[in-house]
Amino acid sequence: MTTAHRSSPWLMLAYATLLCTAGPLAYSATEVNVYSARKEALIKPLLDQFTQETGIAVNLVTAKGDALLTRLQREGRNSPADVLITTDAGRLYRAQEAGVLQPVFSEFLDAAIPAHLRSAEGYWYGLSVRARVFVYAKDRVKPAQLSSYQALAGPQWQHRVCIRSSSNIYNQSLVAGMLATQGADKTQAWLDDFVGSFARPPQGGDRDQVKAVAAGQCDVAVINSYYLGAMVDSTDDAEHGAAAKVALFWPNQDGRGTHINISGAGVTAAATHVSEATRLIEFLARDESQQWYAQINMEYPVRVDIAPSELLKSWGDFKADPLAMTELGKFNTAAVMAMDRAGWK
Amino acid sequence: MEITPRGTVFSWRAALVLGAGLISIPVWVILASLTQPFGDIWQHLLDTVFRDYVVNSLILMVGVGVGTLVLGVSGAWLTSMCDFPGRKIFDWALLLPMAIPAYIIAYTYTGLLDFTGPLQSTLRETFAWGVGDYWFPQIRSLGGAITMLSLVLYPYVYLLVRVAFMEQSTAVLEASRSLGKSPWQTLFQVALPLARPAIAAGVSLALMESLADYGTVDYFGVSTFTTGIFRTWYGLGDLRTAAQLSSFLLLFVFLLIGLERWSRRRMRYHHHAAQNPPSRITLTGWRAAACFAFAFSIVFFAFLLPAAQLLLWALQNWQANFNAAFFTLVTNSFLLAAVAAVVCLLAALFLAYGKRLHPGKIEEAAVRVSSMGYALPGTVVAVGVLIPFAWFDNTLDAWLRDSFDVSSGLLLSGTLIALVFAYLVRFLSVSLQTVESGLLKIRPAIDESARSLGLTPASVLGKIHIPMLHGSLLTALLLVFVDVLKELPTTLILRPFNFNTLAVRTYELASDERLADAALPALAIVLIGLLPVILMTRTIGREPLMDEIRDNELALQ
Repeated sequence: MTTAHRSSPWLMLAYATLLCTAGPLAYSATEVNVYSARKEALIKPLLDQFTQETGIAVNLVTAKGDALLTRLQREGRNSPADVLITTDAGRLYRAQEAGVLQPVFSEFLDAAIPAHLRSAEGYWYGLSVRARVFVYAKDRVKPAQLSSYQALAGPQWQHRVCIRSSSNIYNQSLVAGMLATQGADKTQAWLDDFVGSFARPPQGGDRDQVKAVAAGQCDVAVINSYYLGAMVDSTDDAEHGAAAKVALFWPNQDGRGTHINISGAGVTAAATHVSEATRLIEFLARDESQQWYAQINMEYPVRVDIAPSELLKSWGDFKADPLAMTELGKFNTAAVMAMDRAGWK
Repeated sequence: MEITPRGTVFSWRAALVLGAGLISIPVWVILASLTQPFGDIWQHLLDTVFRDYVVNSLILMVGVGVGTLVLGVSGAWLTSMCDFPGRKIFDWALLLPMAIPAYIIAYTYTGLLDFTGPLQSTLRETFAWGVGDYWFPQIRSLGGAITMLSLVLYPYVYLLVRVAFMEQSTAVLEASRSLGKSPWQTLFQVALPLARPAIAAGVSLALMESLADYGTVDYFGVSTFTTGIFRTWYGLGDLRTAAQLSSFLLLFVFLLIGLERWSRRRMRYHHHAAQNPPSRITLTGWRAAACFAFAFSIVFFAFLLPAAQLLLWALQNWQANFNAAFFTLVTNSFLLAAVAAVVCLLAALFLAYGKRLHPGKIEEAAVRVSSMGYALPGTVVAVGVLIPFAWFDNTLDAWLRDSFDVSSGLLLSGTLIALVFAYLVRFLSVSLQTVESGLLKIRPAIDESARSLGLTPASVLGKIHIPMLHGSLLTALLLVFVDVLKELPTTLILRPFNFNTLAVRTYELASDERLADAALPALAIVLIGLLPVILMTRTIGREPLMDEIRDNELALQ
């Protein structure tokens, strides 16, 4: 079956309905199949660019990370997927543990991507950095009052902080990072207090937290920085207006540094196009792609030698927590349990 | 039955059990998790969040049950028994909210009513109120979720109950009136009890859908059993415990349905079909105004307001989203929904009629289990489909490799066949309940007469039931069509490469909090969903096929 057929699932259905069972799928050599937890709008332009330059067609399915991981596991050695892209380190760690990834050897990737942002054995590589930051109301909070995530649990912040649900992966990673660096007891104590700082029951997405700060429902919010970037750039007046009323603060600059997570990719164990897959990951880590992440989605490049966009520069430099991404995956379950115990909805 | 050769009886029965068994496989795959050991996570869940999950889900269920019952039955009663200004429009307009996915209405109302939304902001500016100076209902709450789900799910009740009211013989209702009962007494003592199978079918669809809902409750930050399932899977990374949680949800729904059926086990609902359309009570003066206001406010809040909000958003930057790729999405969604609707209808007809031919405990149980997928969250159904399909593909492939040294790869996994099968598992209940409640009203005497005249079971179905069921069949098609159109989680995980639908597109943009971009595909879902609603309207608008039914009955006498 040719590439043309694969891109037309309707034909497939028609064939099968007529009981002409679609025979063995011989995958064309010049394609690469991608399972992506990164949404289409935030990856497709890069993939199209890749196809244009290399002539390698990219087939894409997007879904949630864990669902894709389950699909990969069940499809086993016959899985058509060559590359798994996720939006957090925890899922890459899980995929590696589940045995659905294979190590790739790329001098370029090993040299370009800092060691703590990739798996030591080459199972996966970080491609962009996402920082969990504070935004505060400019008229009610002075940056000097802010310091670390830990301090946000203090009595002066009672009922003043907005943050989304603990089902959100970036909150889980934040707590997982603390468990890895501070230990279980300290983290639990912090969580128990931090829940008291919530201005309202956790709800909505990160942009909603920014809007709540702008509207005065809370004074500080914990969000991923790229959401603020998207709001600053938004064509929607309400979003733009809300973003203008708040400012960004880099937490933990006197400590380990701001908590970060990555989006990243690995080559699957079942991959039939290993060299194309590796080439794709290398493509996603090259200069232009790294700049694209910063310019289009306001994420930070994973490579230190690539300058972020103008807007990101305006937020200033920051010290990022050097914790190995693997730790976020290891402690994810424990983090969710700790948040359950603290009553963080 | 005696006149049927034994072979025929056997084959219908065997085919019924086999067919139902096949569709039940994903449900059994999930239920099989109960045979596995219960992990430590259970202790943690019981100690911390389990109580919240159960209590919130129960409240949600009761709330949506009452909400859909009140809106659906009152709407059906007013439009089928009374005449007031605009009644003919409300006949179909009351169906419109069905086309709006629950999570979409949740997004639009949040946009309007949230603390940072235009309404509250204007109030604060106008009256110089600050935070906490005033009370305003919290949209992102359990109550908000109940309201949102009731607004989009009541059409299930409305549609089925209305057909039941229309088909109730005027003789019965007029007898009630002539015996001195008021219209209200007639409603509560005669019409409602007679319509009970339809009410039960409609409300149980709404309840199952609300128990399976993830998008709305997740967005509102309400912890329910469903959000718990996903938290356990995604957050705790424990798919087995998540499957066990899903199994308990299934068993609970199974119990509820069983109780409802048991409570009306001795009742019979078939009666002489109406010889004449029921005569409507013409309302005037303040009564007419009140009816109009009531019906209008339902349509306004459940459809007009959210649709207007979507339109406003969609207009903000439609140029960026309205392109060739958009039409591919439209085609994909439309065809997928149409194929799935037909498949579900055929399966429902087959199962419902087979059960009528051979009522028995095994047959009943097999059909019940096969339609349980509706109570499962879509992603869980997807996992239940993924496991057996991948197993089949890989086993076949391994055998071919060993025996013939050829590889078949994945034949079915990752194709639209797997996806359509998943829709069948998930939405069979919808078509089945509709077809069954239609079949219930056809007197068995008709079957018997036809059979004694020498018709085979298959020709009874083809020549008598299908024409008589015309209305129910269309309803079943419409309901599944709209459901598949809106369906997200199953589509997301099972779809083939490079294949997107309107719902997938809407979700990807909305979950990235890009509501203005998400509005165009969302609006398209609503508009395509309207097509079959309009088609239905023409059927339920004119009196439902009474002539055909009467002709059929006369032909048999």
